[in-house]
Amino acid sequence: MNETATQTEDTRAHPEGGEHGAHPTEAKYYKIALFLAVVTAGEVALYYFDIGAATNPVLMAMAAVKFATVAMFFMHLKFDNRVLRRLFITGLILAVAVYAAALRMFPYFQ
Amino acid sequence: MADASTLAHEHGVTGHAGDHPPTNTGISNEKLAMWAFLGSECLLFGALMSTYFLYRNRGGQTGLRPRDVFDIPFTSFSSFVLLTSSLTMVLAVAAIQRGDHRKTRAWLVATAMLGATFIAGQIFEFTQFIREGVSLSTNVASGAFFVLTGFHGAHVTIGIVMLLTLWMRSLRNKLGTEKAEAVEIVGLYWHFVDVVWIVIFTVVYLIP
Repeated sequence: MNETATQTEDTRAHPEGGEHGAHPTEAKYYKIALFLAVVTAGEVALYYFDIGAATNPVLMAMAAVKFATVAMFFMHLKFDNRVLRRLFITGLILAVAVYAAALRMFPYFQ
Repeated sequence: MADASTLAHEHGVTGHAGDHPPTNTGISNEKLAMWAFLGSECLLFGALMSTYFLYRNRGGQTGLRPRDVFDIPFTSFSSFVLLTSSLTMVLAVAAIQRGDHRKTRAWLVATAMLGATFIAGQIFEFTQFIREGVSLSTNVASGAFFVLTGFHGAHVTIGIVMLLTLWMRSLRNKLGTEKAEAVEIVGLYWHFVDVVWIVIFTVVYLIP
């Protein structure tokens, strides 16, 4: 009975299916920080050791990985209510779409 | 009959249990407002970065451009400092959630100090750039660069003020475990300025 009641409470607490409460341990936070430091070191190394045409896409991919890691684990987007994830990602997609379109159009007005 | 704190828990409103009635979304109004604000901040920084992209290689500009005077090792160190501050911030949130107020204060002040180190580095960098002949009014590329990085620096400074405010409230025993969400919300803001710097560091400094 208790288990059912708990499940019902959980469903009510997170109607969007969030996983609140399952935040990472401190040890995992340290590992994530180390991962971010390694990726940053990799970015700086790429700046000095040019790998040709692949440099820019690889640098962008590494920045995207760092961005997503901080947002998902340090900002708890992976564990919080999905409404928050949607809210932030909507702003992000809107920003990228609007400014990518603006940047693409700009040369035509020069 | 369920009391206010039980209702707040059932609806997933944590940290402020009993402070306000439960919400339909199951998220406290303060936290939802911060996320909406951060979503809108994406647009602000998107505009500033786009402006820099438009002008950084535009012809007809006189004088040095920011990329001519970048000091990548120094900026890399600043980036490591800001990344580390994200770790100390999340440790502060974890500490207050488990009721460890001594560690909460330690991590909060560590985060503020790391943020202050980043800002000191930015001031040093700006001073060096100006000495080398790249200022806000040198050309449109430098103007866009200083506005973008300056806005980011202003955000970090506001974050430091918020962190020190939390630290002082904790010292006065006004930041109990029931206020854990206040630390979490300031943490969200702090991590956001970190992710913005992640993008700025790559696309402004590292990409040729």
